[in-house]
Amino acid sequence: MTTEELKNLKAAQVVDARGTACPGPLLAAKKAIGEIESGEIMEVLSSDEGTKHDIPRWCEKMEHEFLGILEEDSYSRLFLKKA
Amino acid sequence: MSNDLENQILELQKKIGKIEKGTKDQLSMVVFSGDLDKILAAMIISTGAAAYDMKVKLFFTFWATAALRDPKKSVSGKTFLGKMFGMMLPKGMNKIKLSKMHMMGMGTKMIKGLMKKKNVAALQQLFKTAGELGVHINICEMSMDLMGFKREEMIDYPNLQVCGVATFIADASESKVQLFI
Repeated sequence: MTTEELKNLKAAQVVDARGTACPGPLLAAKKAIGEIESGEIMEVLSSDEGTKHDIPRWCEKMEHEFLGILEEDSYSRLFLKKA
Repeated sequence: MSNDLENQILELQKKIGKIEKGTKDQLSMVVFSGDLDKILAAMIISTGAAAYDMKVKLFFTFWATAALRDPKKSVSGKTFLGKMFGMMLPKGMNKIKLSKMHMMGMGTKMIKGLMKKKNVAALQQLFKTAGELGVHINICEMSMDLMGFKREEMIDYPNLQVCGVATFIADASESKVQLFI
């Protein structure tokens, strides 16, 4: 997805895991994904560098569709669509 | 010739079927060390694997068993040696030390402070999360017996049981990932 498309996404669930270190954001994502329906979009906010690699790999495994990353000043916004 | 090939394919399919049946999406880990840094690594890997929807089976043995003692619990009826061991070994995860740079407590204290500052989950928190995610903890019966620990003095944890090496082997043999820490 392009940056513009990502910016226009409306997430059904926003998980703010900023400030937590590995494996915090992953655990937060795992917890929150159970609360949304298949096909809905989730956004994970993380300030942990490793998350940018971890979440896409996790999506691959869990068969969620990883949509992309938006970089903000001190954190990243990661988007995915639940399988 | 073509029959031969067909037979070979059938044979292979059978073998693959067996392999798929034999290994689960499961992580088995021996937690042997009683050091803070190593148990921390074990718990971060475990919770990470659980987030990956893997089943996780931890086998706590030898020095690591001391970390599972609950400092609030005490049990009676220990032998003299059991009491001695109990006193000499750390009573619970708050008391365990770094494997390096402990520096009479200074290093361990510093690392705990740093972890807090950098928002790395404390060991207690990781055990709580692991419990919520269904991570199993098996404690080696022989190690507990050797050190005089009793089941009653171990932490409250949802999936905790005391078992022997056969349980670990059974778990490990059907796990995709096996680790030793």
